[in-house]
Amino acid sequence: MTRQKRSHHRLKRAVAPYLYLSPSLLIIGLLMLLPMVTVIGYSFQNSAVLRRDPSFAGLKHYQAIFADPVFWSSLWHTLYFTCMSVVFHMTIGMVFALMLNSDRINPTLRNILRVLYILPWLFTAVIIAVIWRLLLEPNGVVNSVLMQMGIIGSKVEWFSSPETALHAVTFANIWAGYPLFMVSLLAGLQGIPKDFYEAADIDGAKAYQKLIFITIPQLMPIIISISLLDFIWTMQVFPLIWITTGGGPIYSTEVLSTYTYKLAFSSYNLSQASASAVVILLISLGLTLFYIRYQKAR
Amino acid sequence: MRKRHTPKDRLITVALHVALAAGLFFAAFPIYWMLSSSFKSNTEIFALPPTVLPKAFTLEAYAAILGDPVKLRFFFNSYFVAGAVTLLTVLIALLAAYGFSRFNFRGKGSLNTLIISTQTIPPITLLIPFFGLVVSYGIFDTYVALILTYLVFTLPYAILLMTGYLNTLPRDLDEAVAVDGGTSWTALWRVIVPISLPGIVATSVYTFLLCWNEFLFALTLTKSTSMRTVPIGIQLLMGQHAFEWNQMMAMSVLGSLPLLLIYLVAQRFFLAGMTAGSVK
Repeated sequence: MTRQKRSHHRLKRAVAPYLYLSPSLLIIGLLMLLPMVTVIGYSFQNSAVLRRDPSFAGLKHYQAIFADPVFWSSLWHTLYFTCMSVVFHMTIGMVFALMLNSDRINPTLRNILRVLYILPWLFTAVIIAVIWRLLLEPNGVVNSVLMQMGIIGSKVEWFSSPETALHAVTFANIWAGYPLFMVSLLAGLQGIPKDFYEAADIDGAKAYQKLIFITIPQLMPIIISISLLDFIWTMQVFPLIWITTGGGPIYSTEVLSTYTYKLAFSSYNLSQASASAVVILLISLGLTLFYIRYQKAR
Repeated sequence: MRKRHTPKDRLITVALHVALAAGLFFAAFPIYWMLSSSFKSNTEIFALPPTVLPKAFTLEAYAAILGDPVKLRFFFNSYFVAGAVTLLTVLIALLAAYGFSRFNFRGKGSLNTLIISTQTIPPITLLIPFFGLVVSYGIFDTYVALILTYLVFTLPYAILLMTGYLNTLPRDLDEAVAVDGGTSWTALWRVIVPISLPGIVATSVYTFLLCWNEFLFALTLTKSTSMRTVPIGIQLLMGQHAFEWNQMMAMSVLGSLPLLLIYLVAQRFFLAGMTAGSVK
């Protein structure tokens, strides 16, 4: 190769990665980063989107949101829904993964159960919502079985009474989301070296001691990173609640996303909705920073 | 070695199997109930005591869904949008992943972090500016609006998945092309793409699934019945005739079929995508 040709080649090599990345960066920049800036802008305007020349509103919309008791109860419901979901996703996922990983069950049965245990994950949120509405209908199968067993005395309106609605949607979400943990923990369990357990057997360790001192510490990185991701994603819940309760009755299942959606598309208060959307964004970004730091530290 | 024959040991094995059965009931009963209700008549769904197997097995709910052009249109829209987005996403993500996987360049680390963090941006935050943009460009209630918005959400996942896959392929393969005087572009299409099919399939499956499940943007950025997708169609069915539960269940079964089929046929690829964001 001549010198000129080689430097030409090197230049190509230097520019190439940017060319390969350019379509993606263009899309992410124009359709993700720019809209994020836009929504922050909207939150400081009066009648954003609706008027061509919106006036500057200062912090007015943020003040309105923070003065709204429905916002605070939405935040609380979101936290309850998310924490309960993540804790139970983790617990159920862990129990199922440990059971499937046991050498006490036949490998064929294990494979069949593994496929069946993953099932809830394959259904989209809208369908999960519809299934649970059918199950928890006042005249539905859950009430009729519970009444026959004498656990409840009369029909419970799970999704339409303020005392039970939040628990009911949380339960439906717990059911729908544990397989992510199960699948990841199963993969993690298979990665733990067998000699750890053999060494523990020689020392005469009991099953629960092996669980506490070997299995759980070895799975910790997976548990932490999936909990964080699950937390971030569950916090953004929308369709499940929208279809089951719509945030009601009397705001008892209102979460941040349904609160924001209603502000924007039922009240057409897009400025205030933007302020609320920015608050959600900030919470998510905080958690994401945490997640990225954790991933890098690993 | 584990001692298998003590009574205590037997008891543990039995208890484990009881727990497995309970777990199976928890996981599968709601789905079974959807399936069996879709084959019942609407009166039988709320019969007392509930019938576990449909007493009068009927396909009337499926006939009602499949015989209604409005509902078939929901399915067409879902397949069309998800298909188009998958095609675009995989192509664009493949290029980006190739850049990430085979080159060192300034800003690589920060761009990678940027892409990881875009996975967690709340959809509701982008909904309002998207609505503003879509209305002002006159693409409200069109396929273009849905395809563009879905593209943004699927792209980060697809890039990470593809990059992960390309990183597992040995570099000598494409370096051989460079030694022969070929460009990186030739190496990509002649060498990388043919051996990346498993990665491409996994990425396509996951992208398709994200689009198929999307609800919030389809709800907000479309309006006419002819532009609605399956998830919105199910919601509309609920509003129109609140008591046609068998039809709602039949539509849910039909709406779950693509994912179930992909899962059963290509479990490996499916799980690769589903856990991509988390296990690295």
